Amino acid sequence: MATPRFPLWEVFIRSRTGLAHRHVGSLHAVDVASALEAARDLFTRRNEGVSIWVVPSASISASDPAEKAMMFDPASDKIYRHPTFYEVPEDVGHM
Amino acid sequence: MYTQGLTPETETPVRAIGDEAAMARFQARIDAEQRIEPNDAMPAAYRRTLLRQISQHAHSEIVGMLPEGNWITRAPSLRRKVALLAKVQDECGHGLYLYAAAETLDATREQLYDDLLAGKARYSSIFNYPTPTWADIGAIGWLVDGAAIMNQIPLCRCSYGPYARAMIRVCKEESFHQRQGFEIMMTLARGTDAQKRMAQDALNRWWWPCLMMFGPPDTQSQHSDTSTLWKIKRFSNDELRQKFVDATVPQAHHLGLSLPDPKLHFDEISGHWRYGDIDWEEFRQVLAGHGPCNQERMAARRKAHDDGAWVREAALAHAEKHKARAA
Ligand SMILES: [Fe+2]
Ligand SMILES: [Fe+2]
Repeated sequence: MATPRFPLWEVFIRSRTGLAHRHVGSLHAVDVASALEAARDLFTRRNEGVSIWVVPSASISASDPAEKAMMFDPASDKIYRHPTFYEVPEDVGHM
Repeated sequence: MYTQGLTPETETPVRAIGDEAAMARFQARIDAEQRIEPNDAMPAAYRRTLLRQISQHAHSEIVGMLPEGNWITRAPSLRRKVALLAKVQDECGHGLYLYAAAETLDATREQLYDDLLAGKARYSSIFNYPTPTWADIGAIGWLVDGAAIMNQIPLCRCSYGPYARAMIRVCKEESFHQRQGFEIMMTLARGTDAQKRMAQDALNRWWWPCLMMFGPPDTQSQHSDTSTLWKIKRFSNDELRQKFVDATVPQAHHLGLSLPDPKLHFDEISGHWRYGDIDWEEFRQVLAGHGPCNQERMAARRKAHDDGAWVREAALAHAEKHKARAA
C-alpha cells in the first residue's frame, strides 16, 4: 500500500506589500498549481500573505555547513566595513 | 522548516556523529543554546529521538481531527460549526508542519504515513477516547488543547531548529482552540440543568486521560534524561502535568464544575494543586491498542487513505501529462 511520492516544494510568502518574500515552510504537491493552492490553504488561513512563491526544493542549492568557516570567516574581521569603525567628532552631529 | 531538499543528493542528508570529541562539540553547541539544523552533524540517537517524537506528534495532530470531526455536521449553531471546522483544519495544518519537520531527519512522508497506517507508529493516547456528546467538544478544546499548549510552548525553544519553528507556528494558532472549547463549556455550565450535567460528565471523562497526556511519571520515563540533556525537553512530564493542573483547576471552579478527584487539594506551602493517583494501567492499555476507540481511529485513517488513492493517482497522472505536453 505504499503511498506514491509527490514532489517537495519550498514556500515563500510576502506578508505585506513592500516586504520581501520569506521562507515559511515546505509541502508536497504534484505541480505548480496544486502547490500554490496547498500553500494558500496551509500558510495563509489568517491573512498571513498577499503573495506566494513556490519553488521545487530540488532546485535550491545550499551552502555546505561543513564549509561554513571557509564561506563566512573572511567577512568576520573586516570591521572597516561598518560605520562604527570611523570616527566623527560629536560636535559634527549625526552622520 | 526547510527540508531535506536543501541537501546535495549525493550525500546522506543527516551527518552522524561518532567520536567523543565530536560529541563534546555537539553538546557544547546545545549548551550554548545554538539551534541544530538539518545538515549539521548530530548524534544518531539525537536524530532517532527527534524523529520518533516529531512523527508521533504529527500523527497525533492528524488522528486528533477524528474525535472532533465527529461533531462538525452536528454543531449546535453556525458560530460553533465554523469555529470547529477552522480548529480541525488547523490541526491538519499542524500535522503537515510536523511531517515536514520530521522529513528533515531523513524520513520520507510516504514512509511516515505508511508506518502510521500499518500500526507501527504511535500517536497520543488521548485521541482513543470517544466523543459521545457535544460537551466533549468543549472539553477537548479546553482540556486537551490546554494540555497540548503546556507541552508545546517549551518546544518552541527545542534545540532542533525545524521542530522549534514548527512549534512557533502551531502555538500561534493554538490559543483560539482552547478559548473556543472553554466558551462551549461556559455556555453549557450556565445553561439548563441537563446542559450543566453534560458539561460535568464530559469533564469527568476527560480529566484523567488529559493528565495521562503528559506521559509516565518522571520516575518511570525512559526518554527524559537524554532529551533534557539535548534540550529537546525543557520540563519533565511531572512538571508539565503540575503546571496544567495548577492552571486548570481554578478554571473548572470558575465554570462551577467539580473535578473527579477526591484527593485533589490545594497545598498552601508549595502553592500547588495536588492530585490523586493516576491509573497508569489504563494509560498502558490505551497505548497498547486497547483503548475505547483505537480500532475505530485506525480504521478511519486507513479508509480515508484508501478512498483518496485514486485522487493521488489522478493528480500525479495529470501532472505527468501536462509535463509531457509542455516538453
Ligand atoms: Fe494542534
Ligand atoms: Fe489544537
